[in-house]
Amino acid sequence: MQTEYDVNVLITSMANDLLEKLKSLPKQELYMVGIHTGGVWVAQRLHQLLQLELPLASLDISFYRDDFSRIGINPQIKPSKLSVSVDNKHIILVDDILHTGRTIRAAMNEIFDYGRPASILLSVLGERQGRELPIQADIVGTHIDLTHNQHVKLTNPDHLTLQISEI
Amino acid sequence: MIQKNIQLDNQGRLKHLLTLEGLTRQMIIDILDAAESFTSVAGQAVKKVPLLRGKTIVNLFFEDSTRTLTTFELAAKRLSADVLKINVRTSATSKGESLLDMLRNLEAMHCDMFVVRHAESGAAHFIASHVAPHISVINAGDGRHAHPTQALLDMFTIRKHKGEFAPLTVAIVGDIMHSRVARSQIHALTTLGVSEVRVVAPNSLIPTAVNTLGVHVYHDLSEGLHNADVVIMLRLQKERMQGANLPSEHEYFQRYGLIPEKMALAKPNAIVMHPGPINRGVEMSSEVADGPQSVILEQVSNGIAVRMAVMSLVLGRPLEGTMT
Repeated sequence: MQTEYDVNVLITSMANDLLEKLKSLPKQELYMVGIHTGGVWVAQRLHQLLQLELPLASLDISFYRDDFSRIGINPQIKPSKLSVSVDNKHIILVDDILHTGRTIRAAMNEIFDYGRPASILLSVLGERQGRELPIQADIVGTHIDLTHNQHVKLTNPDHLTLQISEI
Repeated sequence: MIQKNIQLDNQGRLKHLLTLEGLTRQMIIDILDAAESFTSVAGQAVKKVPLLRGKTIVNLFFEDSTRTLTTFELAAKRLSADVLKINVRTSATSKGESLLDMLRNLEAMHCDMFVVRHAESGAAHFIASHVAPHISVINAGDGRHAHPTQALLDMFTIRKHKGEFAPLTVAIVGDIMHSRVARSQIHALTTLGVSEVRVVAPNSLIPTAVNTLGVHVYHDLSEGLHNADVVIMLRLQKERMQGANLPSEHEYFQRYGLIPEKMALAKPNAIVMHPGPINRGVEMSSEVADGPQSVILEQVSNGIAVRMAVMSLVLGRPLEGTMT
C-alpha cells in the first residue's frame, strides 16, 4: 500500500511553521530562494501563502554540483535568478526533497557567490533518510520512509504530486 | 581534406570544437541554451562557478589576438579552471622545438584542453588529431578556415534580439574571401535554417565556390541590405591580403562602408554586428558602430558565456560507461 501525500496540505502546514519561525524577523529582509525544479514549485506556493515582499528567487545548482566530472552538464540548465542582493537577508531556501544533502551544500555555495546573507533557513516538502552531509532542514512538510531502491520525485507543477517509484 | 567527425566522440558528443560544419542544429541549439544559463554568472558578486575546478586549460596562440584570447581566458577563469597562455612566438618552437614535441610536453604537464589560434587553416584539426585521447581542442581561429566560437556567439546575440532564426534575412558584408568568421557564420546560419543568407562584397573579396554554401551573392551594398534583419560587417583582413584586391580603403568605404543612410535600407529594427576589431571609416562609420542598432559590445559579453558553455560541454562529457 502506497501512502498518498496531499501536497497542498503539506505546503500549508509548512507555511504555518514558517510564519511561527520567522515572526520576529522584518519582512523586508525575508528572501525566499527555490531550487530548480521542484523546489521552485513549492517556493511559488509558499511565497504566495506567506505574502512575502521580496520577489521569489530561483537557483539552478548545476554549476555547483560535486558530480560534474561523472555526469557532465545538461544544456537545459535554467539561469539562476536572484534579482535582489542576498547581502544581509534572511534566506528561506526551499527544496522538494532532502536526501543526501549534496544539493543543499551546492545551493549554499552558490548563494555565497552572490553575497553574504544574514542567515539561511532550510525548508523542504519531504525528507528521507540517507544524509551524507551534516545538513538538516528547519521546516519539514513530511518524512518519507523509503527503501534504498525507491525514489521520490515531485511532479506536475499544476497539480503537485509526490511520486514514489522503484529504481 | 578535413574529416568532420574527428570532433565527436564515439557516442556522438562534442569532444573538440574545430568547425561548425557537420554539427547538427540540435547541437548548436544545445550550446546556445547552455550559454544562456552561464550569462547569470556575470551577475554574481563572485563571478565564478566551480565547474572546471582542477582542470587545466592552455591557450595556445600562434597568432595575435586580444578579444578572443581575453574572453577565452576569462571564460576559463569564471569556470574555475587553471589557465595558462603560451605565446608561441616567444616559446621553444622559435628555438627549433617541433610542434609535436611541444604538445607532448604540455600533455606531460597534465593539461586537459588546448585552445588554439593559428594562421594556417587546419592547424587546430592537426593538433586535435595528434593529442592524447583525454585532451580536448577548441579552435579559436585557423587561417581562413573556421572560427566556430565567434560564429556561435554571433548566433547567440542574434537569438537574443530576434528570437527565431527561421524568418531572418542576414547580410554578411565585406571581406568574405579571407574571413574564417564568415565561413563559420554561414555554416551556423544555414544549419539553424534562416530564410536567407546574403554575402555582400566586391567580386575580388568573394570566394569562387561561395554559392555551394547556400548563400546569395550581392555586389551592391544597397541591394544587399534591403530589408535585412541582421547586418554583419566584417573587418578588411589587410594582413591576409596578398596583392591588390582593392583599389583603396577610401574607395572601399565609398562603396561598401556602412553609414546611417545605407543602414536605413535594412529593416527598422535590424541589428548591426561586427566581430571586431573595427576599422572605423573603412567598414563602417562611427555613427553606425556606436549607434542604437549596434550590438557590437554585447557580442563581446556574450562571447564569454558562449565560451564557458563550449568548454564545459566539451570537458563535461561523462566518462564512457559511467553510471549517472
